[in-house]
Amino acid sequence: MRLYTAVVASSFRRYATYRAATAAGVFTNTVFGFIVAYTYIALWDQRPHLGGYDLAQAMTFVWLGQALLAASALMGGGFQEEFQERIRSGDVAVDLYRPVDLQLWWLAGDVGRAIFQLLGRGIVPMIFGALVFDLALPASPLTWLCFLLAVALGILVSFALRYLVALTAFWLLDGAGANMISVVLSLFFSGMILPLNVFPGALGETANALPWAAILQVPADVLLGEHQGAGLVGAFAFQVGWAIALLAAGRLLQSAATRKVVVQGG
Amino acid sequence: MAESQLYQGLRAYALIVGMWVRSTMAYRTSFVIMALGNLAITALDFAVIGLMFSHVDALGGFDLAEVTFLYGTSSTAFGLTDLAFGSMERVGRRVRDGTMDTLLVRPVPVLAQVAADRFALRRVGRIIQGVALLGWSLAHLDVNWTWDRVLLLPVMLLSGAAIFAALFVAGAAFQFWASDAAEVQSAFTYGGTTMLQFPPTVFTTELVRAVTFVLPLAFVNWFPALHILGRPNPIGLPDGIGFAAPLVAVACCALAGLAWGAGLRAYRSTGS
Repeated sequence: MRLYTAVVASSFRRYATYRAATAAGVFTNTVFGFIVAYTYIALWDQRPHLGGYDLAQAMTFVWLGQALLAASALMGGGFQEEFQERIRSGDVAVDLYRPVDLQLWWLAGDVGRAIFQLLGRGIVPMIFGALVFDLALPASPLTWLCFLLAVALGILVSFALRYLVALTAFWLLDGAGANMISVVLSLFFSGMILPLNVFPGALGETANALPWAAILQVPADVLLGEHQGAGLVGAFAFQVGWAIALLAAGRLLQSAATRKVVVQGG
Repeated sequence: MAESQLYQGLRAYALIVGMWVRSTMAYRTSFVIMALGNLAITALDFAVIGLMFSHVDALGGFDLAEVTFLYGTSSTAFGLTDLAFGSMERVGRRVRDGTMDTLLVRPVPVLAQVAADRFALRRVGRIIQGVALLGWSLAHLDVNWTWDRVLLLPVMLLSGAAIFAALFVAGAAFQFWASDAAEVQSAFTYGGTTMLQFPPTVFTTELVRAVTFVLPLAFVNWFPALHILGRPNPIGLPDGIGFAAPLVAVACCALAGLAWGAGLRAYRSTGS
């Protein structure tokens, strides 16, 4: 356990080193936040209660999406490419010899990254959004705590999905194609490009049942107070359920990969 | 002298591009997935607008055909540039890891090498999508196609691509000073093309003024498109301002060229 805590801490420091990159990311998130916010204003101007959100809630959703984009790795990244490169080059054989659990090792690294990016890239865009637009932020500290828990569970689901994607490199060697498909699915089904409750009919219901909903839509609805009482427990259960299922799938795929695939020798 | 250098640069660009295409084809499954994924990403990008129009008939007073026209022109112009210059974001990484030195000692213009570096054929997906949507919108638009409007359409696409290219080059030049800040460029390139997919009436007039006078993105497609669609200028500029797009593009490219030269001169190797 101490080992994994150390990995979390060093990964946090690793990402914290690149200050210019963090500032650049904050800048880009803020610019995109403005662009998307104005398009949503045009949309909500015509349909004031679209998807059950009022304008302030829609604006909150926009800025939350920008704030979580890096932390929840909605556009992929994090450890994925690095892990795939180790698979491609054969270095993963060394990793497998180490007396650590491979999945937990990468999870610890990703948690460190996520904590830094939540602080470094999440807070500032949210403040910008709150300064310029009227946001529907909760007053109760309990809601904020529930929101943080939902974000953490969302990051766990996001990691589990990206771990599965990263493992495809054992068969494909070059992971770029799989990564790209994963980004498409993530952006569309997380609610990043449009809140899932604005999706029509069956598409909306399907999207809300898929794991990507746990990454952005659920945390957003928790922050906006859409889930209360039993509904809140249900939302957390949805996230935990997907996290367990996907992490287990990752372990299964990993054992299949390490048993069947001959690692590239050098 | 200058002419032969341009020829040399283009020739080198073509050779490096050819090399990267062959290299991509070594991992064929991955390339096919990537190409399809790229098409899917751009298709989903438009799906947002489709979903929006499933709830409303007009956005900022523009109907679906008009917004699709804006989307198609923005996406085609950006797609052309992204295919030709999309790898320029990697300059910062080369500065950091010291591989920039390799490019400097080769007898080929550095800009050509950097632009062709890791040339990604899969990016052709965005151009295909942009042209397809542009075609669809042209069939559904109610426009009186006078000769000036017909002429303005290809001029707009080429000037738009040139303005985006200037942004890519200037952004890459900026990375000589701030090698970690490659993402700033995305705010203007990807952010720009996203913004231009929506009508200018959606945004505040301050923002439209900023992308007219500070960073002239409005000339990529907004102003020429407003003339074609017969709509008034949102910040009170004369209707013919759309015809200034090629001039703006030339000015942008000249400034970007200067920035690139300055960046290259300011380059200090990591020494590793």
